[in-house]
Amino acid sequence: MTSSLSKRTLMLAVAALCAIGIVGGVAYAASLKKGLKVYVIPKNLGNSYFTTADSVKTDGALAALGTLGEKGTETSGTAATPASQLPVIQSSIAKGANALIISADDPLALCPTLKSAAAKGVTVVTYDSDAPTCRSIYVENAPAQSIGESEVVDMAKELGAAGGQVAIVSAAASATNQNTWIGYMKTELKKYPKLDLVSTVYGNDDPTTATQVTQGLLQKYPKLKGIISPTTVGILAAAEVIDKAKDIGKVLLTGLGTPLEMKSYIENGTSPDVILWNPARTGYIAAYAAVELASKAITDATGQTFTAGSFGKETIGPDGTIDPGGTTTFTKANVNQFHF
Amino acid sequence: MSAAREPEAEPSEPESQRRLVDVVLRARTFGIIVVLGVLVLITALIQSRFVGGGEVRFILSQTALYALVAVGEAMVILTRNVDLSVGSVVGLSAYVSANMFGTHPGIPIVLVFLVGLGVGLGCGVITGAITAIGRVPSLVVTLAMLYIIRGVDTIIVGSGVVLASTEPNSFLNIPTATIFGLPDLALAVAVVVAIAAYYLNSYRSGRDLYAIGSDPDAARRAGIPVAKRVFTAFVISGGLAGLGGVVWASQYATIESTAASGLELQIIASVVVGGVAIFGGSGSVVGAALGALLLQTINSALNVIGVSSIWTEAISGLLLITAITLDRGIQLRVAAALRRRRVRLGA
Repeated sequence: MTSSLSKRTLMLAVAALCAIGIVGGVAYAASLKKGLKVYVIPKNLGNSYFTTADSVKTDGALAALGTLGEKGTETSGTAATPASQLPVIQSSIAKGANALIISADDPLALCPTLKSAAAKGVTVVTYDSDAPTCRSIYVENAPAQSIGESEVVDMAKELGAAGGQVAIVSAAASATNQNTWIGYMKTELKKYPKLDLVSTVYGNDDPTTATQVTQGLLQKYPKLKGIISPTTVGILAAAEVIDKAKDIGKVLLTGLGTPLEMKSYIENGTSPDVILWNPARTGYIAAYAAVELASKAITDATGQTFTAGSFGKETIGPDGTIDPGGTTTFTKANVNQFHF
Repeated sequence: MSAAREPEAEPSEPESQRRLVDVVLRARTFGIIVVLGVLVLITALIQSRFVGGGEVRFILSQTALYALVAVGEAMVILTRNVDLSVGSVVGLSAYVSANMFGTHPGIPIVLVFLVGLGVGLGCGVITGAITAIGRVPSLVVTLAMLYIIRGVDTIIVGSGVVLASTEPNSFLNIPTATIFGLPDLALAVAVVVAIAAYYLNSYRSGRDLYAIGSDPDAARRAGIPVAKRVFTAFVISGGLAGLGGVVWASQYATIESTAASGLELQIIASVVVGGVAIFGGSGSVVGAALGALLLQTINSALNVIGVSSIWTEAISGLLLITAITLDRGIQLRVAAALRRRRVRLGA
């Protein structure tokens, strides 16, 4: 009797445990709210980089929001300026946004608006470009140090033992991320005495200006062997200039570029190596972070963790920053495997 | 290339007076050539490679686009109007035309140029119709068109981008192709400039543009079909900007929806630096093309001697103010000379 009783008790207990487990599981899933209005606000619309970071097709932010059952909308201005981004943020708040995922055009200009959004209970997550004092979590693309260093390592590899003069084609002289990367590049360059950094020029992420400054470099430094361009717009312009000057192989290019846009230059030898993180990864993780926060499943405290779908466990680091991993180098061998 | 002078006017005027006016007006084009010469000389002394074949070809090839669009803009400005939409037209045409290579592989390049031309003409017809027939100030209309066309561009391009890998090499090599060492593009644009200059000087409808710009009301009363002429000027400006879009695509290969934004201001700067009066009535397309060449040469010169691109803009601005100030001074003098002549003739 006792044994059968205890057996029954055991069965009940197991059943109860199972039920708790199921309920717990459901409760866990339900703790992520559905139907949240989440606005994804890139620096500007019509920028292929952000199209990759955001769209469903590329498994970006909107794909993650779709999987979680939220109402995701991508919106921004047509120019990558705070003046163009600010009204979009305001109207998103007015439309009852639960969360904003934003790549800040200018942290100082956007901060007051983002802070007032947070005061109204809107979750603010930044990705790609941060607004440090007025968001909960920032999902960075890849650690700045590894971005800067890997560009120098690739340049050194391209130029080989002989080395030579190298120059940098940057975006705007005031761009924080560019200058941070260039800082790490300069530190890394000290390890390669054969690489001689002769000049840093600024193409302002405008094809015309970038073309002119690159052409200027080729004229001013006829012995130039390599160009590093840590900007997806600058590297394209530099590649076209090298191609059109018939300097392929004479001047080698590396830097940050998307594999799809740089494909023909990687294949024809203008730019044997191109580096980038996966922009869609940044968008995807930012979407999960925003929904977790808005559902109050996590806070922005250091050490909090959550699972970002196929990218697995993400941990919030110091200053509410999430580091999703390193960079990828695209070469002739692997460029066809990537579709962004 | 002499401008404000109406050819039918006062054949009995004193030859010396007439020559003075002519000389002053010609001096504007001549002035640009002198400035250009001095600039090239100084830069070459600092960096001799500046006058090397590669750099000269680069500058000429870059100028081709600006000069092409500046010709159309000059014709609009001559009529005391302005076309702010050209940058957006170049951007839209660049995307639509270059995208043809991706959607219709193997499409002949000539057809792609025709598509670009068509896009431009379409935009020009809309802008021209609202301005000329609706009699709305062109500053407002074309400002609106600047945003509308860019908006349409953003909608069409959406998540897309034209990739260099979809365009054939024969297309991307257009800017580097040369005949007798000169870029094909520059030669083609020189032909366009010559045709436009001949039209403006020798055809009645061309001269009408100057008359309209000098005094629209007088032109209307004199029986000049003002609306028709202004409409034509906008259509030509749109068409040339459309062709410019295809050139842009061949130069930069990768086209996003932001392509050529802000180009309109550089074009207007070229036109004004080239001696076309911002309030119409005087100037020439040859001057406008030379203005484009001067601005591009300045850009390249500053880059070659290693001046930051930030200064390039400031220096272009300075040049613009100088040109406008000079222009104003010359205008006042010419007006005074003409008035004296009229007084003497008892008109």
